[in-house]
Amino acid sequence: MVPLSYYLVLSGFLFACGVTGFLIKRNIITIFMSIELMLNGVNLSFVAFAAHWHSLAGQVFVFFVMVVAAAEAAIGLAIIIAVYRTRETLNVDQVNLLKL
Amino acid sequence: MTSSLNLWLIPVLPLAGAAINGLLGKKSSRTAVSIIGLFFSGAAFAWALSVAWRVSSADLPYIEYIAHWIRFGRVGAAGSFTADFTLYLDQLSLIMLLVVTGVGFLIHIYSVGYMWGDPSYYRFFAYLNLFMFFMLTLVLASNYLVMFIGWEGVGLASYLLIGFWFTKDSAASAGKKAFIVNRIGDFGFLIALFLIIQHFGSLDFTKVFAQVQPTAPEAAGAGLLTSIGILLMVGACGKSAQIPLYVWLPDAMEGPTPVSALIHAATMVTAGVYMVSRSHVIFERAPMALTVVAVIGTLTALFAATIGITQTDIKKVLAYSTVSQLGYMFMACGVGAFSAGIFHLMTHAFFKGLLFLGAGSVIHAVGGEQDMRKMGGLSSYILWTAITMGIATLAIAGIPPFAGFWSKDEILFKAYQASPVYWLLGVITAFITSFYMFRLFFMTFLGDYRGIQVDEHGHARAADGHDSHGHGEPHESPMVMLIPLMILALLSTVGGLVGIGNRFEHFLDPVFRSGAVTEASGEVASSLTEYVLMGISVLVALSGAILAWFLYVSKPYLPQKIADALNGFYTAVLNKYYVDELYSKLFVKPLIDGSTSILWQGVDRKVIDDTVNNTADGARHISDEVRQMQSGNLRSYAGWIAAGSAVVIAYMIWMGVR
Repeated sequence: MVPLSYYLVLSGFLFACGVTGFLIKRNIITIFMSIELMLNGVNLSFVAFAAHWHSLAGQVFVFFVMVVAAAEAAIGLAIIIAVYRTRETLNVDQVNLLKL
Repeated sequence: MTSSLNLWLIPVLPLAGAAINGLLGKKSSRTAVSIIGLFFSGAAFAWALSVAWRVSSADLPYIEYIAHWIRFGRVGAAGSFTADFTLYLDQLSLIMLLVVTGVGFLIHIYSVGYMWGDPSYYRFFAYLNLFMFFMLTLVLASNYLVMFIGWEGVGLASYLLIGFWFTKDSAASAGKKAFIVNRIGDFGFLIALFLIIQHFGSLDFTKVFAQVQPTAPEAAGAGLLTSIGILLMVGACGKSAQIPLYVWLPDAMEGPTPVSALIHAATMVTAGVYMVSRSHVIFERAPMALTVVAVIGTLTALFAATIGITQTDIKKVLAYSTVSQLGYMFMACGVGAFSAGIFHLMTHAFFKGLLFLGAGSVIHAVGGEQDMRKMGGLSSYILWTAITMGIATLAIAGIPPFAGFWSKDEILFKAYQASPVYWLLGVITAFITSFYMFRLFFMTFLGDYRGIQVDEHGHARAADGHDSHGHGEPHESPMVMLIPLMILALLSTVGGLVGIGNRFEHFLDPVFRSGAVTEASGEVASSLTEYVLMGISVLVALSGAILAWFLYVSKPYLPQKIADALNGFYTAVLNKYYVDELYSKLFVKPLIDGSTSILWQGVDRKVIDDTVNNTADGARHISDEVRQMQSGNLRSYAGWIAAGSAVVIAYMIWMGVR
């Protein structure tokens, strides 16, 4: 059996990849994908714990997260399309009207 | 006991007049304003007369309850305190009542003529009626608190009327000066009231005096009654313009002349004398306080009289003369001759009111000029004014049989019995008074007219509203101004006769004898002394008049020579002994400097303003820094979130999650 720590390290690695991608990438689609990566990293830790503790609660949480992620993907992509239509760019550094 | 005298009507009538004129007068015609002003003051006078007619001395003192006001605790219980609106009538307040309403009514009539051209005609009558209300409240009060209402109220009316022509800077600041100086006196009065409440638990005249009555006179040194007496005297000094608080009265001459006559000569300034006389029970048991009163009165009388010699403004001379005569009244009170003081108060109201009204008529005649050096020879133009002024001058100089003689002589006689020093100073003052009053009369009415002529005439002060008719020569005032002059002249002539055979004193006996410590020894003194003293004072008055004649009529070049000979002293007196300058150095300037550098620049600007400004500045600076986070850059937001979460997680790990 694979020990819990392996999963957690992998989960942390995925999450860190997501954060890093979120911070350094300029393309909004990539950023969006980084978010998915973070969510999946978290999901992985949930299921790992669920398996470790023999508790279904973690798995249920994962379903919830997936549902939310799906909804978020739908709305997020819609926003991205809307942004692209008005600004004709996907570079987040240029989408900066909302500032002082 | 008669049925109710409805005393309350007397003060309320002028109040109604003030309200009607004050609220509606702006849109009414001058005639309507005059009718209302005269009707209500006249009605107060008529009612006062009818009260005087209906009361017999058996009814007095008569107390009329109007409304309850301040009540602590159960009435009559220990530690309770009551001060109700109650009116009190005895011989003393009856005399004051008649003087105030009578002279007040005459001056109202006069004002119709004098103020007719003024644009704020209605305002003048509203204030004048308001003054009458407060003065009558003061006089009729049955406790110190109601008296204090009137006391402050007349101060207010005085302020309003001195600053009546408020667009003129000097008038506005004279009003302020009067108000502030009076405030110093009122402070003393208030503390005296607090002491009375603390020790006697009441402010009612009857209750307080009943408690004071049994106590023996305080021996040398200061006791409770002495402190109360001296503090009351401080209040009286402010209101009645005595040393050291007299400085406001000469400046108060900035007001219209009828105001000077009514408030600053005949009635309001005598409120201090009235208050001291009213408190005679306290003063009689505090010899120290009485001495203070007498000394202040005597010094003021002499001091102000000397200043009066050098003044050239006709109203200023009269103002200093008023201060001096008030000094006489206090001298009388100080030697225990309260009825003589009140007698002089009454005759003074007649002749000084007349002098001021006459001066107003003169000023009216020459188109607003107040400098006596630019008058002269006016008797040929304004004969009636000259005659009435002449009578008033004879009265104030103390020449028999005019009113001033009887009252002044009474005071000097009583002063002599107390101490010849008072008498001597009083006689010197009488001499000076006679001199400067005849100087005023001669400079104004005799000799040649030295004033401005036809063509230059238009420059008279526009604020006075005179001179709208283009007269060239001095002209007599209208009848409406002359009639009050004549009536007052009549009173100044015969008003003193009530003092013959001490009738006036006997009339006031129920007031002043009841609380007296010992039976006054007035009747015991030989009548020979009285006649000798009388002779001396008449002689002195006549010699003052003759000297004035000599200097200002027969040898008019001499005064200048004398002034040159006495160079330094003359300048000092001409500048009123530099008292105003001294006060300004000692009190006003430090106060202004302190306020400017400490309170304004130090406290207000440095502490209060800076606190507010620095708070705002600090908030702005912090915001300036913090708003850098709001860059609009999505990834920097994400960075902040990540960093924040990292900190939170680190914290939780470090603390240990439970």
